[in-house]
Amino acid sequence: MAINWFKYSAPSTFYALAGKLIPWFAVSAAMLFAVGLYIGFFVAPVDYQQGEFYRIIFIHVPASILSMFLYLVMAAYAALGLIFNTRLSAMMATAIAPTGALFAFISLWTGALWGKPMWGAWWVWDARLTSELILLFLYLGYMALHSSIDDPRRADRASALLAIVGSVNVPIIYFSVKWWNTLHQGSTIKFSGTSMHVAMQQAMFITLAACWLYAIAVVLARVRSIILEREHQTKWVAELSEVRT
Amino acid sequence: MTGLDIWMRENPLTYVWLGSYVVALLIFAVEIVLVRHKRKLTLEQIRLLREAGEED
Amino acid sequence: MKELTLFSMLKLVIRRDMILAMRRRADVLTTLIFFVMVVSLFPLGVGPEMEMLRKIAPGVLWVAALLASMLSLGRLFSADHQDGTLEQMMLTPQPLAVIVLGKIVAHWMVSGLPLVLIAPVLGIQFDMQAETLGILILGLLLGTPVLSMIGGIGAALTLGLRGGGVLLSLLVLPLCIPILIFGTAAVDAVATGLSPVSHLSLLGALLVLALTFAPWVAAQALRISME
Repeated sequence: MAINWFKYSAPSTFYALAGKLIPWFAVSAAMLFAVGLYIGFFVAPVDYQQGEFYRIIFIHVPASILSMFLYLVMAAYAALGLIFNTRLSAMMATAIAPTGALFAFISLWTGALWGKPMWGAWWVWDARLTSELILLFLYLGYMALHSSIDDPRRADRASALLAIVGSVNVPIIYFSVKWWNTLHQGSTIKFSGTSMHVAMQQAMFITLAACWLYAIAVVLARVRSIILEREHQTKWVAELSEVRT
Repeated sequence: MTGLDIWMRENPLTYVWLGSYVVALLIFAVEIVLVRHKRKLTLEQIRLLREAGEED
Repeated sequence: MKELTLFSMLKLVIRRDMILAMRRRADVLTTLIFFVMVVSLFPLGVGPEMEMLRKIAPGVLWVAALLASMLSLGRLFSADHQDGTLEQMMLTPQPLAVIVLGKIVAHWMVSGLPLVLIAPVLGIQFDMQAETLGILILGLLLGTPVLSMIGGIGAALTLGLRGGGVLLSLLVLPLCIPILIFGTAAVDAVATGLSPVSHLSLLGALLVLALTFAPWVAAQALRISME
C-alpha cells in the first residue's frame, strides 16, 4: 500500500490528520492503562524480594523508557527541521519537549518512591536515577532556550541545535555517570529482569504501550495548537470550521 | 523507623497507589487540561486576529 | 591583501582577542577572584576538618572551575556582536569555525588557564598532597578547554537574548557533567592508589572530540543567532 507520506508533511493536511487520530490514540491509551494496571495489580503475583512495592514499575519503567526515547525522537525531528528546513518537524520537536520532561519527572518521582522502602532513602545517587535527572535538566534547558527566543524561526533552529548536541552527549553522560557510580559503590538491589514473572512482564509492556499512545495523543494535540499559532495568517486556517464560528 | 516507614510497610498497596499512580495520573490530567486550554486560547486568539483583519 | 592561511587566521584571531582582553584586565581578574572565593567558601560551609577537606577538594575545585567558566562565557561573542565585528567576521572567506576556534582558545587562555595556574595554591589550602595535586592540575588542563568549547556553543546559541547569563548556565552545565566526573575521578583514583591514566585519557578523548566538532557547531549556532 503506497501512502504518500509527503502529503502529511504539510501542516494543513497534518493538522486534519492529527485531529482525526487523537481520539483513537487517547481512547486506546486509556483502555490499555486499565488493562495493564488490572494485570499488574490483580494477576501479577507478589515479588518475594520486594513485596508489593515492585508494582511501581508499571509506571516507573514506561516513564523512564519514554522520557529517553522521546528525547531521541525530539532530537531526530529537530535535526530533520534543521537540515531540510521542514516547518512541521520543528513544530513536532517543540511539542514533544514538555511531555518528555513530564515523563522524566514521573520517572524520578516514582523512582524515589520505590527507593524509600527498598534503599531506606528517598534519593540514592544511583546511576539510572542520576542520568534521568540530567535528562530532565536537558529537557528544561531545551524548553528554556526555545521560550526565551521571540522569533519562532530562530527559536526552532537554535533549540534544534541544542537538542542535537544534547543527544550526542546523552550516551557520554550515561556512560560517565555509570562509571562514577561503580566507582563509588552504588546500591545492589535491582529490578531483576530475568526472574520477572510473565504477568509482570505483560503488565509492564501493556502500560508501556499505553504511555506511548498517551504521549502520541498529547503531542499531536499540542502540535495542532502550535500549527494554528504559526500559520494563523494562511488561508487554510481561515477556512477551518473551528476558526470560522 | 519513623511513622511513615511503619505505615508504608503496613499498607504497601496504598503507598504505591497514592504515591505513584495517583500522582502520575494527576500529572497526566494536568497535562491534558493544559493542552486543551492552549487549544482554546489559540483558537480565540486567531478569531480575534481575523476579526481585526476583517475590519481593516 | 594577501590570502590568509587557516593557521595564520587562527593566530590572528587569538592575538586580537588576547590584546582586547589585556585592555580589560579587570574582567579576567573578576573570574579568577570568583574562583578563589567560591573555593574558600567551602571550608567555611562544611567545617575545617582536614580529613574531610582533603576528600572533597577535587570536587570543590572542579565545581568552582565549572561555575567560574560559566561566568565569563557571556562575553565570548557579545562585545563583537554589539560593535558589528562579528558580522564582518562572518563575511570573511575563511570558514567561520576557524574564527570561532580562535575566539574560544583566546577565551580559554584568559579565563581557563589562570584558574588552572592558581589551582595548586587552593589545593594546598585543602591540604592536598603533591601527587594528587599534580593529577588535579593535569585534569583541569585537559578539561577546562572542553568546558570553554561546550560553553562556546551555549554562548553562540544565547547570543543577544534577555537573561542570557542564567540561561547559558542552564544549557551548558548538564553537558559538562562528564568532564566533572572524569576530572574528579582521576584525582580519587590516585588518592586510593590506582592509576589515573584511564580517566585522563577519557578526558583527552573528550578534548579531541570537542576540538573537532564544537567550533563547527558553535559556528552554526552563530549563523542561526545572527540571521
